[in-house]
Amino acid sequence: MSLLGVSGLTKTFGANQVLRGVDLDVAKGERIAILGASGSGKSTLLRCLNFMELPSSGTVTLDGAPIGREGRAGERLYREQELTEVRQRVGMVFQQFNLFPHMTAIGNVMEGLRTVRGQSKAEAQKRATAELARVGLVDKAETYPAHLSGGQKQRVAIARALAMDPELLLFDEPTSALDPELVGEVLAVIRALAQEGRTMLLVTHELGFAYHVATRVIFLADGTIHEQGTPDEILKTPRKERTRAFLASHKQFSL
Amino acid sequence: MKWDFASVFANYDALLAGLAGTLRLFAICLVLGLSLGLPVGLGRYARNKWLYLPATAFVEFFRNTPVLVQILWFYFALPILLPFEIGPLAAAALGIALNSAAFSAEIYRGGIQSIDRGQWDGARALGMRWGQAMRRIILPQALKRMLPALTNRAIEIFKMSTLASAVAYVELLQQGKLIASLNYNPIEAYTIVAVIFFLLLWPLVQFTYFIERRLRRDE
Repeated sequence: MSLLGVSGLTKTFGANQVLRGVDLDVAKGERIAILGASGSGKSTLLRCLNFMELPSSGTVTLDGAPIGREGRAGERLYREQELTEVRQRVGMVFQQFNLFPHMTAIGNVMEGLRTVRGQSKAEAQKRATAELARVGLVDKAETYPAHLSGGQKQRVAIARALAMDPELLLFDEPTSALDPELVGEVLAVIRALAQEGRTMLLVTHELGFAYHVATRVIFLADGTIHEQGTPDEILKTPRKERTRAFLASHKQFSL
Repeated sequence: MKWDFASVFANYDALLAGLAGTLRLFAICLVLGLSLGLPVGLGRYARNKWLYLPATAFVEFFRNTPVLVQILWFYFALPILLPFEIGPLAAAALGIALNSAAFSAEIYRGGIQSIDRGQWDGARALGMRWGQAMRRIILPQALKRMLPALTNRAIEIFKMSTLASAVAYVELLQQGKLIASLNYNPIEAYTIVAVIFFLLLWPLVQFTYFIERRLRRDE
C-alpha cells in the first residue's frame, strides 16, 4: 500500500495556477527525485504535501487516511490540529535551512522534541545528540548557526527533521543555496539516509545525484507530471521533447 | 542671581514621596503598557478582521490623542460614566498605559513582521502550532530586535509620568511644583527634578545596552 497518495492536486496563487492536477503514489521506501525548470511547481508540490501550502483542490492521503474533510461545496477543509500532526509525520528540509538562529545546533534539534513532543530535557538531549552524530556534527552541538558553514547548517537541519521520526522526508532543493565545495557533505548525508531505506521526495538540480540515489524520477512541467520513470528511463532515454530539452540545458549533467 | 539648592533639599521628604510616586506609576505603566501592547500588536498582525479591526481602532485612537488629554478625561469624565471614583493614580496609569500599549503594539507588530518567513516554515515543519511557533521561535528573535525600540518606550513612559501632576498625583514634578510654590525657588526646584530624572534614567539606559550586548552573543 502506498504511504502517500496525491490525486488531482492543484494550487493557485491569485490568477497564477502553479499546479494543474498532480497524481502521485509514493510507496514506502521509494526515493523520488522531482526535476523541472524553475516555475514548474516543484517546490509548491512539495509544500502542499506537508500543508505548508494548502492545496486549492485535490486530496492528499497519508498511510491510507485522506487529510482534511470535504466541505459543502466539495472543497477540502483542514483543521490546524490535523495539519500539525501531518507535519510531524512528514519532515521537511529547506533550501535556506531555516535553522533557528537563537538556538545552538543541538537546541535546534531538541526543539521539536521538547515543544511538540513534550519530551524531557534529558530525553531530547540524548536523541538530539544521536541525530547530530548521524550527520557528523556532535562536536558542533553547542555552536550557534551563525558560526556554522552552509553545509553544516543543512546537516543540522536534516538532523532536526530526523529527530521527529518522520515517515516521509521532503527535501526542497537542499543543496541549491550551498557553495559548490559544500554540496558533497550534504549529499553524502542524504545518500546515507537513502541506504537506510527511508522514503523521500527530493526536489533537486543535482541530476547525477538523482540518478544514483532515486528509485523514480519525475519531470514536472507546467504544474503537471510531464514524464516519470526509473532514473535510467528519464535521465538517459527520455521520451518527451521537453524532458530532453530540460536535460540538455543542464550541461554539467554527467552520469 | 544666587542658586539656593538648600531650600530644595530642606524638603527632601517631599521629594522622596514624589520619587516613590513616580516609581510606582512607572512600574504600573511599564508592565501594563508593554504587556497589553503584545496582544494588541498580534491583533494588528492578524488576518482575521475581528482581531485586526478592534486592535487597529485602539492603536489609532490612543496614538492620535494627547496623553495629557486622556489622563484628564479619565480623571474627570470617566467617573461620570462609571459607578465608582477614579483616583489620580488610576487616571494617570490608564492614560499612560493605554497610550504606551498603542505605541508598543506597533513595535511588536513591526518586530514580528521583520522575522523571515522561513522561520515560520522551519517551526511549522516540525509540527508546531501557531502559538508554539510564536512563543518559541518568532517572539524570542523579534524581542531582540525590538529591544532598542522598547527601551525608548520605557524611557518615554518614565518621562510621561510627570503628566500625572495635572491631576495632582504625588510624583516628582508635582512635588517640585509644591516646593517651588512654598519657597519661591522654581529654578532650583525644577533643576533638581530634572537632575533626579537624569540620574534615574541614565543607569536604566546603560543597563539595556548591556542586555542588548548579551542577547547578541549568538550572532
